[in-house]
Amino acid sequence: MDFPVFHLDILGNRGLIATIAILHVLINHGLAVGLMPLVAAMEWYGHKRGDARWDKLAYRILFFAFLITTTVGALTGVGIWLSVSLVNPYSIASLIRVFFWAWFVEWLVFITEVCLILAYTLTWKKWATGAAKVRHIRLGFALAFFSWVTMAIIVSILGFMMDPGNWLSQHTLWSGFTNPVYLPQLAFRTPLAAAMAGVIAMFLVPFFVKRDDPFRATALRAIAVWTLVAAPLVLAGGLWYYAVVPEAMRDNFGVALASLQFAEWQQKFLEIAVVTVVAILAVVQWAITRPQLLPRVVLIVPFVAILWMTGHFERVREFVRKPYVIGSYMYANGFRVDDYALLQRDGVLAYATYSNPLTDAEKAGLPEGLAAPERAALLTRIQAGKDVFMNTCSRCHTGHGVNSITGHLQRMFGDQPWRSELTAGYIENMHEAQPFMPPFPGTARELELMGAYLEHLQHNAAPIPGAQQAGVVVITPTLRAALTGAPPLTQASATPLTRETSTR
Amino acid sequence: MNPNVPVPHDIPVPHDIPLPMPAPEPVLVAVLIVFFLMHIAFVNFMVGGALLSFIYEARGLKQKRYDRLAYEIASTITANKSIAVVLGVGPLLAINTLYTVYFYTANALTGALWVSIIPLVVIAFVLTYIHKYLWHRMEGMKALHLAISGVACLLFLFIPLIFLTNINLMLFPEKWGTVHGFLSALALPNVLPRYAHFVLACPAMVGLFLVWLFRRRSDAEIADTGFSRAELIRLGYRWAFWPTMAQFLVGPVALFTLPHTSGSQAGAFGLFGLSILVSLALCVVMIREIRGPDGAIGRMFGLAASLMLVVVVLMGAGRHLYREAAVSEHREMVRAKTLEYARKAEEARRQAASATAAAVK
Repeated sequence: MDFPVFHLDILGNRGLIATIAILHVLINHGLAVGLMPLVAAMEWYGHKRGDARWDKLAYRILFFAFLITTTVGALTGVGIWLSVSLVNPYSIASLIRVFFWAWFVEWLVFITEVCLILAYTLTWKKWATGAAKVRHIRLGFALAFFSWVTMAIIVSILGFMMDPGNWLSQHTLWSGFTNPVYLPQLAFRTPLAAAMAGVIAMFLVPFFVKRDDPFRATALRAIAVWTLVAAPLVLAGGLWYYAVVPEAMRDNFGVALASLQFAEWQQKFLEIAVVTVVAILAVVQWAITRPQLLPRVVLIVPFVAILWMTGHFERVREFVRKPYVIGSYMYANGFRVDDYALLQRDGVLAYATYSNPLTDAEKAGLPEGLAAPERAALLTRIQAGKDVFMNTCSRCHTGHGVNSITGHLQRMFGDQPWRSELTAGYIENMHEAQPFMPPFPGTARELELMGAYLEHLQHNAAPIPGAQQAGVVVITPTLRAALTGAPPLTQASATPLTRETSTR
Repeated sequence: MNPNVPVPHDIPVPHDIPLPMPAPEPVLVAVLIVFFLMHIAFVNFMVGGALLSFIYEARGLKQKRYDRLAYEIASTITANKSIAVVLGVGPLLAINTLYTVYFYTANALTGALWVSIIPLVVIAFVLTYIHKYLWHRMEGMKALHLAISGVACLLFLFIPLIFLTNINLMLFPEKWGTVHGFLSALALPNVLPRYAHFVLACPAMVGLFLVWLFRRRSDAEIADTGFSRAELIRLGYRWAFWPTMAQFLVGPVALFTLPHTSGSQAGAFGLFGLSILVSLALCVVMIREIRGPDGAIGRMFGLAASLMLVVVVLMGAGRHLYREAAVSEHREMVRAKTLEYARKAEEARRQAASATAAAVK
C-alpha cells in the first residue's frame, strides 16, 4: 500500500523467497552448522589416532563446504533480506524494528564465523603438527560453535513470526526473543543440521576416497554412526516443536504439506515422509554394518531425501503461520490486524500512496462495441480493481502464474462468467471457510471493484507487471477520487499538503 | 524556506512502520557510517584487486614475473571478498532501519536488478575461486583463464552500480513516480559521476593495500615474485597516486552534479571540501614516497594510510549529511502522516468495538 508493489507474475513472490531461503537453509544447516563440528571431530580423531587419512578427508570435505558456504551460502543469506524487502517490506521492516539488536549481535557472530572459516581453511596445511595442530583443532570447534550461534539467534525470529507470545502485549525485544516456539524449534533444527551434515558427508566420501581404499568403509561407517545418533534427537525435537505450534496453525497442516487442491493428500504426504526417513535410516544402517558393500549410487538416496524433506519442512513452516506473516499482529498481505477496522471502514484505496498502472496489454480483452466514455469508465473501474488486488492479494497470489487467482477462480467457477457478484461474494467470506486466508481488508465497494478486475482477468491473460517494470503512479486527490468513485474523504486530504501542515 | 509553499501532489508521502526505532538515531547513524566505510574499503580491495590481477596477468603473457604478481594479488581477493560481504550486512541492517520508506521504495522500483545482485555476486565469487585455485592447472589455457578473470571484473564493476542507483533513487521521492525500472533510475542525474568516483577509488585503495602487503612479506616471498620490495611498493603507490589525482577532476564533477535538496548542503560541502585538502596532502606524501630512494620507500606508509582514512571518513560523513539534507524534510512529512494514520486506525478500532458491543446488546 505504501511501498511500490514489486511483483513476479509467473514465479510468484513467495516463489522467489522460497527459492533463496530454502537454498540458504540447506547450505546453512548441511554445510555449516552441522558439518563444521563433524569436520573438526574428524580432524581431532585423526590427530588422536595419528591417522593422516582422516585429516586428508576432513580437509577435502571442509574445502568443499568452504567454497559453497562463502559463495552461495553467504549470498543467499543476504538474498533473504533483499527478496523479503521486495516481497513483504511491511513484515521485514517490523521485524527489524523488534529484532534489530538480535540481528546486530548475529551479524557480529557471523563476522566471527567467516573469519574463523577463512582462518581454519587457510591455516590447515600450515598448522599441521604439534601445538599448532592442537590450536587448529580448537579453531575448528570454535567455528562450529559460532556457526551454531548464528542459527540459534535467527531461529528465534522464525519462532516469533509463528507466535510472538508476550511481545503482543509487552513490545520488548526480550519478550519477542523468548517466544514460545523458540527453544523447541532450536531443539529440532540442531540435530537436523547434524543429521543432514552426516548424510552430505557420506555422499562426499566416495568422491574423496578411492573405491579400493579400505579407509572408505571406515569413514562411511563412522559418519553413518554420527548420523544415526542425531536421528532420534531430530524426532524428539520435532515432536516438541509440533506440540507448541499454536492450535489454530496446526489445523492448516493439511494444506501446508501440499497445496490447496491436494489438502486430502496429507495422509499420503505423511506416508511419503515416513518412507523417506526409513530409506535414510536404512542406508545409514547399511553403511554401518556393511560399508564395503555399499554402492556409491545408493548414497544419493539419503542425500536427495534429506534435502527434499528439509525443503518441505520449511514450506510447511511458512504455510502454517497463515493467515499471518507475524502471528496475530500482521496478516500475510502485509496489513496489521489493528489497521483492519480503519481499512474496512474507509477502504484500502483511501490510504494507498501508489497506483499500479495498467499496461496496454492488460487493457486488451474489453467487451466489444463500447463507446469511448463507457470504455474509459470501465478501464477506471478495472484500474481501481487492479490496485485493490495488488494491495491485498498479490503478496501471495499471481494473476496467471504460480498460485494464481485465475487458477483458483477457474477451479471454482469454471468457464461461467466470473461476474463481480460471484467473486466478491466468495471473497468476502472466504476466510471463514479457509482459515489460512486473511479476511478481505477493504470496503464492499472495493470488493466490487476487484470483482470487475477479476472478471477482466478471465478475458485477459497478460502478465501483471510489478513496480520494477511498469513503475508506479503517485495517487493525487483527483486520482483517488476517480479510483474510489467518491469525492476525497476529508477536506484535509483534498487540501495540498504544505510544509507547515505536514508538521503540525 | 517558505513553510507555506505547497508540496506538489505528485510527491508521494507514504506512512512508515508504526513501531518505535530500536535504538537512538545517532547510534543507528554511527552503525551505518562506520561499518559502511569498513565495508566499502574491502569492496574497493576486492574490485581493485580483481582489476589489477587481470591487468598484470595479461602483462604476464610476455613477462612471466607479472604473472606471479597477478597471482599474488588474486590470492588476496577471495579473503577480501568474504570480508566485504559480511561487513556489508551491518550497514544494510542500519539503512533498513533508518531509511525504511526510502530504501525499500528504491529497492522495489529497481527490483529485478536489485534481487539479481545475489546470483551476480555468486557467479563473480565462483569465478574468482576458479581463477585463483585453478591458476596453475590452467597454465595451458591462459586465454580462458584471463577471460574468467575478465568476466569477474565486469561483474565486480557492475554490481556496485546497482547499489549506487538504489542509494541515489531513495533520496528523491519526487522521482519515484517517474521511474520505470533500473535503467531509468540509472539515468537520474549524478549516478554516473558518483560511479566514476567509486571506480577510481578501487585501484587507489588496493594500491595502498598492496603497499601494506609487500611491506610485511618476508624476503623469501618477495624474492619469489621476481621483483624487488622497493619496486613492488612503488607499484602500489603508483596505483594509489594516479587515480587519486584523477579524483581531483571527477570528485568535483560528482559534487557539483548533486541534485538540489530541500535541506542545506553546506555541511556536506564543507566536509567534501576538507577531504579535497586532505587528499592533496595524501598525494604529496605519496609522490615523495614514489620519488624517494629505494631504501626509504614505505617509511611514510603509516602517514599515507592515516590520511586516506581521514579522507574516507570525511567522505562518509559528508555523504550522510547530504542524504539528510535530501530527505529530512520529507521524513518529517512521513512522520506526521504515520502519526495521523495511527490516530485514525485507533479511532476506527474504537468505533468498530462500540458498534460490536451495541450489536451484542
